[in-house]
Amino acid sequence: MKQVKHRNSASKILILGTVFLFTFFNPVFGQEETAVDATQVAEASSGADVAKGEELFKSLCAACHKRYKKMTGPALFGVTERRSTEWLYSWIKNSAAMIASGDAEAVAIYEEYNKTAMNAFPQLSNTDIDNILAYVNVPKAAPAAAVAGAGDATVADGGSGVSTNVLLAILALVFLMLVVVLFLVNNTLRRFAEANNVELPGSKERTPIWKAFVQNQFLVLVSAIFLLLASGYFVYGYFMQVGVDQGYAPIQPIHYSHKIHAGDNKIECKYCHSSARVSKTSGIPSLNVCMNCHKSISEVAETTATEDHSKEFYDGEIAKLYDAVGWDVDNQKYTGETKPVKWVRIHNLPDFAYFNHSQHVSVAGVECQKCHGPVEEMEVMYQHAPLTMGWCINCHRETNVKVADNKYYEKIHKELSKKYGVDQLTAAQMGGLECGKCHY
Amino acid sequence: MKNTIKILAVAIAMICVVSCKKDTKPNYQYMPNMYESVGYETYGEYGVFPGGQEAMLPAEGSIPRGWIPYELENSNEGYQQAKDSLKNPIRYTVDNQEKGKALYDIYCAICHGAKGDGKGTLVQREKILGVPSYDDIGRAITEGSIYHVMYYGINSMGSYASQTSEHERWQIVQYVEKLKADLEGKTARIDTDVAVVAPKVEEEHHESTEDHSNAH
Repeated sequence: MKQVKHRNSASKILILGTVFLFTFFNPVFGQEETAVDATQVAEASSGADVAKGEELFKSLCAACHKRYKKMTGPALFGVTERRSTEWLYSWIKNSAAMIASGDAEAVAIYEEYNKTAMNAFPQLSNTDIDNILAYVNVPKAAPAAAVAGAGDATVADGGSGVSTNVLLAILALVFLMLVVVLFLVNNTLRRFAEANNVELPGSKERTPIWKAFVQNQFLVLVSAIFLLLASGYFVYGYFMQVGVDQGYAPIQPIHYSHKIHAGDNKIECKYCHSSARVSKTSGIPSLNVCMNCHKSISEVAETTATEDHSKEFYDGEIAKLYDAVGWDVDNQKYTGETKPVKWVRIHNLPDFAYFNHSQHVSVAGVECQKCHGPVEEMEVMYQHAPLTMGWCINCHRETNVKVADNKYYEKIHKELSKKYGVDQLTAAQMGGLECGKCHY
Repeated sequence: MKNTIKILAVAIAMICVVSCKKDTKPNYQYMPNMYESVGYETYGEYGVFPGGQEAMLPAEGSIPRGWIPYELENSNEGYQQAKDSLKNPIRYTVDNQEKGKALYDIYCAICHGAKGDGKGTLVQREKILGVPSYDDIGRAITEGSIYHVMYYGINSMGSYASQTSEHERWQIVQYVEKLKADLEGKTARIDTDVAVVAPKVEEEHHESTEDHSNAH
């Protein structure tokens, strides 16, 4: 059988290519659904006192005590079975006095917890303490139910995610089948035409497109120029981005989410990067800074988990921190065995450029985000700015210097303003473009 | 045959477009020996250090310039001693109070709240619980105890000695005392001799700027 040459084969290939692209590079759409809140399971409360007790417990006791887990102080669930109520009243109101009076039980618990003194709470009445004890004695069944509820929620969530993907896959498949069917129908029709000796219009006398192209010399010239220009443009673009690490997002040894810390919980940048205020480098926080909070936060809340990262994943990352800093969660003690965390440096200026954080952060009062981008939205930290010289210079040209209340430079500011005839001096007018300011 | 070649060409071109950039690896550099420092860089990795780690603890017994030892111990006795007898050496000026506020907002407000009532963002979001208000009668904080707790930490609260200098901690103490006074409905302490001293400081500033211009 003789094969008939198809018309417009190039365009067909293009269509096939597009189909190919759609089939294999099927973009996964980020789901905009917010994580379903774990259904609040009503606690096995017996009355209003538990709620009141919860409020008091959370504001006064929770700094050192958890109900089911040892913290700075002992786990409190079932404490009424271990101690008499009268003993608890006087202990909570003034534990130091009890220890001083030589109460055997009081001294024993004081010794057991490395002589950690419990604060006195003279403001609590006996009813308040009863409320707290009622809250403390709510069994753990409630949180377990909450976990189960959340589990269902994630399963349901995952299900909808899968269904969207399946739908997209089915659509792609249908599309592919349509193309194949069209292709086959076309072939069969052509074969019928051939069998019935129907003349297919214009299939033979056409010169191939490339021959036509070569024959048209003007077209060849124009496309050659166009090709040269385009390749020049791309080669220039490639060479210009060598040494620029914009968008660099290495995988860090611990998955630290700036989004959770700086975004959701609104922790100041300078809380962790405290040396940005006072020194050249912004400082990678040492792990004791992490432990300021993570001593009490050993696991993330259900609501912190996202579609990409589960609660287990985040808890595992906190466990990595504990491992590195040598924190024994069960005994609430440092073991002394520490391992350095090998963070991967992202922002790195070349050696021949000088940059000082304190000068920009403390003196100029520049926001961290100005150079580092929306860090509070970054789940994974990346380099936002190109950190090229042109980028530095541009900002120096555009940014007005904060001259208010700077008595030391008052006179020179005044003279410079007169020289340039402006009210507001930019960093460039103050000498921010001089080579020696950054290169020496 | 011709078709397969064309299809392949299109496919390769598309793969190239899709998979060009890799964000987990740093880019190429023109002349790395000009980019990389000859001296040891902060947090760098160099063979001469134990474990290759540039970031090391200072040698034992080294003292930063201007450092004054803090002699009270990290114990209940030390806490009581600080509470009873330790006094704030800085003068309670408005300037110190403002600097203290700036630092407080960075380091303390996240738990203790901007007003010192123990209702910071982390407490409201129930990440950390049981943060006391500064006017808690059971604790009855004083300038000495505030400083002591900042220096060593207490119970669940960690030490802030690594993030702040001694002077900064005392500025924070002044601001915490102001917050406590606000919560209790009292007026905050501001040293009254400020008005007498302030013009003197201005004069000094003036002189120094004159010196500066003369030098030019």
